[in-house]
Amino acid sequence: MRSIINYLKEIVFGVWSLMKGMKVTGSYFFRPGTIVTQKYPNNRKDLVMFDRFKGEVVMPHNEKNEHKCTGCGICEINCPNGSIEIISKSIVTEDGKKKRAIDKHIYRLGMCTFCALCVKTCPSNAIAFAQGFEHAVFNRALLIKTLNKPGSQLMKGVE
Amino acid sequence: MEEKVKNITTDEQQEYVINMGPQHPSTHGVLRLVVSLKGEIVKNVQPHIGYIHRGIEKMCESITYPQIIHLTDRMDYLSAHINNEAVCLSVEKALEVDIPDRVKVIRTIMSELTRIQSHQLWWASFGMDLGGLTCFFYGLRDREKILDIFEETCGSRMIVSYNCPGGLMYDIHPNFQKRVKDFIKYFRKILPEYDQLLTGNVIFHERSKGIGKLSLKDAISYGITGPSGRASGFSCDVRKHEPYSAYDRIIFKEILFTEGDTYHRYVARIEEMWESMNIIEQLIDNIPDGPFAVKMKPIIKLPEGEYYQRVETARGELGVYIISDGNKNPYRVKFRSPNFVNLSVLNQIASGFKIADLVAIGGSLDLVIPDIDR
Repeated sequence: MRSIINYLKEIVFGVWSLMKGMKVTGSYFFRPGTIVTQKYPNNRKDLVMFDRFKGEVVMPHNEKNEHKCTGCGICEINCPNGSIEIISKSIVTEDGKKKRAIDKHIYRLGMCTFCALCVKTCPSNAIAFAQGFEHAVFNRALLIKTLNKPGSQLMKGVE
Repeated sequence: MEEKVKNITTDEQQEYVINMGPQHPSTHGVLRLVVSLKGEIVKNVQPHIGYIHRGIEKMCESITYPQIIHLTDRMDYLSAHINNEAVCLSVEKALEVDIPDRVKVIRTIMSELTRIQSHQLWWASFGMDLGGLTCFFYGLRDREKILDIFEETCGSRMIVSYNCPGGLMYDIHPNFQKRVKDFIKYFRKILPEYDQLLTGNVIFHERSKGIGKLSLKDAISYGITGPSGRASGFSCDVRKHEPYSAYDRIIFKEILFTEGDTYHRYVARIEEMWESMNIIEQLIDNIPDGPFAVKMKPIIKLPEGEYYQRVETARGELGVYIISDGNKNPYRVKFRSPNFVNLSVLNQIASGFKIADLVAIGGSLDLVIPDIDR
């Protein structure tokens, strides 16, 4: 007799515990304010990423097409997986001295692990992180980027 | 290992050998379990690992100490910040650098946030393993709030790379404290919902109580750490026994149970989330002023010798062992990862139970496969 009572008790307790769970999910059904899903492709226009978000490495240029990169190669040394390569050239300055300057700052986005060591160690703050995150391309070669714009020059006063 | 598998198929024809994984959803990654069955009863479980072996320890030998940190993110990706901290602490121990109080407190808060988000994801996937799909959505919804905090301060969501030898990469974001307080307030209300959804559920009780019992003796001899070990009564919390960062100045209790079954491994993690929130609340208003990093040399060279530092990740004890020969690269790095050790006990505790229980037991051990393979 006792075993039958226990059996019935278990059934009642089981159904009760299931109802408790159902109450939680059911209550959300009537609280549409708690929905947190972002409708991503539709909200692209007003989607703002956090300003520290590490999307990709860029080299900011000013309006005169000048950058701050001196081509010292510290970012290349610090990169753990070789995603940065610096090709430098020697130029002659106005006062006749020979000087090393940057020819190409090559950045391989496909290899980058976003550890931020290059941006942190850059002595002249020439590179920074941008917030773009839609990096998918159809051709792998498009992931190899040249950060300095064609025809750009070193900003005056940066050594 | 192969010999043993062969023996099972030839000698004991009664047993039925199946492969669970590497693409089985309940192994949470590329882990292959060779299970030999008698009817529905599990007789033997042989884990086959190495599907995503990347040779992280070997890679560490050819890069500098600040560069190692981004690799440790990718071992146990759910407690990325704590892995970072382990390497930083051992490098700082070797160089005998005094770390500012601000760094210690911020590291502790971040570690506890990492622990909460890891347990949230574990709760979500554990519920899903046992057939409660709702848990998955609820767990990930709340985890999103912590990931937003990480994204604002560290710039990444999961693999944060926020530590560097000597301190932190950047200072905390001005919104950090407010966001963390908001999250604690929100999550204190939400966590009882987890209990209503899964902890009290009768189907969950039937599937977890008394399943996969791990005795205290076995837990110690196998070296099972973390919540899985503490559910068996093994007092192994590194935060308590060997405090690092700011853990020596806060009051918290170590969650200990004696039963050691799947249900109590579950409850231990739920209780840890409460405890982590207590830790954060003690620290969040008292972040001291000061620099966020010590100025280190551009090229860090450790003095010759051996250095070991252990920390408590969300899954157990992580040890970082560095041998230096005085160069800028380490001579050898060894990671004692908690998941590799926790996996070794699977055969011991799953034998004799049904194959459906193997999913529950594996889920309750909370394995992260990249940490096993490294």
